[in-house]
Amino acid sequence: MKPGQESKGAAIDLESISKAYGGFKALDGVSLRIEPGEFMTLLGPSGSGKTTTLNVVAGFTDLTSGKLLVGGRNVVGVPAHKRNIGVVFQHYALFPHMSVGRNVAYPLTLRGVDQAERKARVARALDMVKMGDFAHRYPSELSGGQQQRVALARAIVFDPPLLLMDEPLGALDKKLREWLQLEIKRIHRELGTTFVYVTHDQEEALVLSDRIAVFNRGRIEQVGTGRELYDEPATLFVGRFIGDSTVLRGEARSDGTSTALRIAGETVTAPRRIAGEASPVMLLRPEKLAIRRSGQDAAGTTNRLPGTIAEAIYLGSGSKYEVRLADGSVAIVRSPLTGDSFGLGDRVELCFDGADAKLLADDSSADATLT
Amino acid sequence: MSALEPTTPSVPKRGWLSRPFALTLPALILLAAVIGYPLLTIVLRSLSEPQWGVQNYLWFFGAPVNLTVLQRTFVISAWVTIVCVVCAYPYAYLMTAVGPRARLVLVLCVLIPFWVSGVVRTLSWVILLQDSGVINSLLRAAGFDSIRLIRTQTGVVIGMAQVLLPFMILPLYSVMKGIDLRLMRAAQSLGARPSRAFFTVYLPLSLPGVYAGAIIVFILALGFYITPALLGGPRSTMLSTLVQTQVLSLLQWGRGGAMGVVLLVTTFVLLALAAPVMRSRYREAGRR
Repeated sequence: MKPGQESKGAAIDLESISKAYGGFKALDGVSLRIEPGEFMTLLGPSGSGKTTTLNVVAGFTDLTSGKLLVGGRNVVGVPAHKRNIGVVFQHYALFPHMSVGRNVAYPLTLRGVDQAERKARVARALDMVKMGDFAHRYPSELSGGQQQRVALARAIVFDPPLLLMDEPLGALDKKLREWLQLEIKRIHRELGTTFVYVTHDQEEALVLSDRIAVFNRGRIEQVGTGRELYDEPATLFVGRFIGDSTVLRGEARSDGTSTALRIAGETVTAPRRIAGEASPVMLLRPEKLAIRRSGQDAAGTTNRLPGTIAEAIYLGSGSKYEVRLADGSVAIVRSPLTGDSFGLGDRVELCFDGADAKLLADDSSADATLT
Repeated sequence: MSALEPTTPSVPKRGWLSRPFALTLPALILLAAVIGYPLLTIVLRSLSEPQWGVQNYLWFFGAPVNLTVLQRTFVISAWVTIVCVVCAYPYAYLMTAVGPRARLVLVLCVLIPFWVSGVVRTLSWVILLQDSGVINSLLRAAGFDSIRLIRTQTGVVIGMAQVLLPFMILPLYSVMKGIDLRLMRAAQSLGARPSRAFFTVYLPLSLPGVYAGAIIVFILALGFYITPALLGGPRSTMLSTLVQTQVLSLLQWGRGGAMGVVLLVTTFVLLALAAPVMRSRYREAGRR
């Protein structure tokens, strides 16, 4: 590829890929299409299969079954060094015996790029990650964030159509992580390459991604934009993994158009029902919940539940409350600064509009995997 | 906390007899007694027996046989070092690659020979290598001509390499187990086939271990006495054998001392010449 030419991203098709280690299914029929140039994040708790998926695409791990196409080409059985895919690792993986410049030049040397062009491309890649002044340093002389930027330069210097990142910011502190997230976003825009990013941090996923694939137990639970996953979670697991949420469980009764839950003597209703036999739960986002002092007039709200303030956290832009309900479960409420403020132990009522409650099939495994 | 408050208790000024130095005193005293004093005696005797002067050194460099043996000593030691590197490298690598149980077996295989006296091991090599020995019997049984192994340089190199192999394996292993194998994966993702990844990443990172082991083996080999004496012939005599002849048979303590000093000085010169190469590589590879 000539200098200056835009590198075009590759599409990736995972077609029901599975990977078993003995009896354990690390991946269980995962299918996913990633569009050219897209920023796709694989999100999930540890052991959910997201890193295995990345290793399969990189060529580090063989598939037990399924098809894998990168840029329309079937790459099953193609060794990692022939795939031409950039990989950024959580542990940086810079070669300690090479200077920064030689590290970044390494993939170009392997490809027989002549010295003049090699020099130009190394300089360009290092400039892109703002490490242009560090070419003569050794990795051990750099901080973690600097090392990871060099690793990023090394992974993009040979213009791969696809860049894989395995928790690249996992070892860095929060401030640095937030800044590098924006850097990664900028580099993605400038390169036009397809990025596949693995993380267990849902905030990071929301900041970076065009779309997010939520992994759980070797399967994909849902694929969508951050907004879709937050507003319309397809499963209880997704709803709980993305953002804060309150889950209401109780004895359920459904008629044709609505569902009622009976929780410690009180009844809440939502104007919807779920298909199938599974018992329904209600999932509510913190900003959809409101709290009022007990006994205060609460006309106009459809649902009310009594509780006590168990935790009050001042966030600057507002407050966050944890309300312990009569059945022992905890609701999370975010309220703006303008509203009433409450103290620990205050008896309150939790109010919400039934239309804001998401009805989802109960899945006790969602709690188990998340804790 | 106020900025004036000291965060660490102040440390009293350390004299030359500071505590860390004091910890090395027992070892230093022992070294002075068993290395320093004898070495000094050897140097003094080489210059003072039978009378003061450099006659022992003039004799050494005046007799061609001495120079031949000196050169041979270095050549044999170099061969032993090469054989040790070639045998130890894959072995040490295997030690890093297998599970803990298999590693224990491999470590024992390295250490058990240490527990057997060098004389016994060398004598067993006599049995293996001699003209009617195990190796030649097998060769003849397989229809090949027998080969001369005992009383040749080859025999000496084989025997010495076996004795010295642990000194190569252990430093190599300790360096190799610190090499991050995930770097090999990174190299492959960047387009290096496995052999290329090995030569550009793993090998350079393991060189400090190679150098450390090679220096130990080479220096130990220079002073070998029993193995060359038992396995070698007149054409594989090493300097230590000549020293023994001078001192024990001819009672020429001065000449024996001069030989020792020449060997020591030559070794230092060789190491000084090799140091720049090793140090630069070592420094680079040592960065983690």
